[in-house]
Amino acid sequence: MSASDATRAFARVALVLVSHSRDLAAGAVELAGQMAPGVLLIPVGGTPDGQLGTDFDGIERAFAQATDDGRGAVVLMDLGSAVLTAESVLDLADEDLAARVRLADAPFVEGAVAAAVTAHGGADLEAVLAAAEGAGRMYDGDHPAPAGDASAPPTNDGVVRETRTLLNPMGLHARPAAVISRMLAAYDAKVTVNGVSAASVLALMKLGATQGTELRIEGEGPQAAEAVRVFTTEVERGFGEI
Amino acid sequence: MSVDVAWAVEWVRRSAQTISEHREELVELDRLIGDGDHGENLDRGFRAVVAKLDALDEPPAQIGDVLKLVATTLMSTVGGAAGPLYGTAYLRAARATATDELDSAGVVALVEAALDGIVARGKATTGEKTMVDAWSPAAEAAVHAADAGGSPADVLAAAAQAAAEGAQATIPLAATKGRASYLGERSMGHLDPGARSTELLLAEAAAAAA
Repeated sequence: MSASDATRAFARVALVLVSHSRDLAAGAVELAGQMAPGVLLIPVGGTPDGQLGTDFDGIERAFAQATDDGRGAVVLMDLGSAVLTAESVLDLADEDLAARVRLADAPFVEGAVAAAVTAHGGADLEAVLAAAEGAGRMYDGDHPAPAGDASAPPTNDGVVRETRTLLNPMGLHARPAAVISRMLAAYDAKVTVNGVSAASVLALMKLGATQGTELRIEGEGPQAAEAVRVFTTEVERGFGEI
Repeated sequence: MSVDVAWAVEWVRRSAQTISEHREELVELDRLIGDGDHGENLDRGFRAVVAKLDALDEPPAQIGDVLKLVATTLMSTVGGAAGPLYGTAYLRAARATATDELDSAGVVALVEAALDGIVARGKATTGEKTMVDAWSPAAEAAVHAADAGGSPADVLAAAAQAAAEGAQATIPLAATKGRASYLGERSMGHLDPGARSTELLLAEAAAAAA
């Protein structure tokens, strides 16, 4: 850590990215850091002598650094021994540290990006963990619905529907995507935008929605109306970017 | 000889020796169905263990102290899945052996604790082509040998024999855990390197007590 890094105020949840490869860990930190400059991201890659493998002592040091200043830490791991070693470190760690560290069952790159963006938005430990683990679900069914089914079902099915035009110049990028998913977490409702879950930062970003895109917002559940209302309000005010 | 602290130290030194001798074999087995680092990693780990043993000012007081040294050293130096797996096995075994000598029931407890550690860490069960396929029959055989009135050395010999048979029985299996599981059915026909290293280590546990 450089002195400037050490003195910067970080988000309350840090990420530790454990890979068999030094380059892969460093690359994942670079990628996630681009979208979440306010989050402490610690790479632990390879063995101490630079070979492919896992570094028990390195993980131990990273956990201590990540949880310094009372922060929590979410850990992303690539393959088997990275997971086993991180678990072993946690088993042997003192209770106070272990209570603030969560190992994410998530794809390494997508989970790191989703967790970093969510942590950057100020989310707590469990929300950052959920963001990482939610990133894995985008592979099974959380894809955008085919275009053209917008006008299909009538309104008598309990679904709250609204359509708004995206106003902010930079489109639905990481920050507004994180705002949406964090905001909706407070409501007992399942909300989708153009067919993808609004709870998933990555799914929202993958929509590639640019300024002028029509957003079809649909909510189901006990608090669907409230959830869709706060959502449309944010879209109308351009997520504070206009 | 009795199964005491001197036995534990002897087991560890013999383990380092056998792993070193079989390093290329383990590398080759792992290259066929894994990432090829098992022999090199374990060899590095056990060399570090011996270096730590040599550096001790006075010999450990309990068997558990020896096994704990093995556990923590393997965890920090192996660098592959064998590190946390064997590390956890030796750590659990260490907790079960806080004494200066083991009777037959104590040897059973050691082997069972090691198996529990492997299972807890790797979340594998038998038939998945992993080191559990050697440790599990070893624990069963240890129980039977102790029930039949065998000495601590007899119990270790029975465990070693069963581990060897268990390791050979992994050959036709398709891996469903660990790196080899990415190969699926293509892993069939190959001896699992983790089961093979387990066989080697338990053989030395028996030899050290013979």
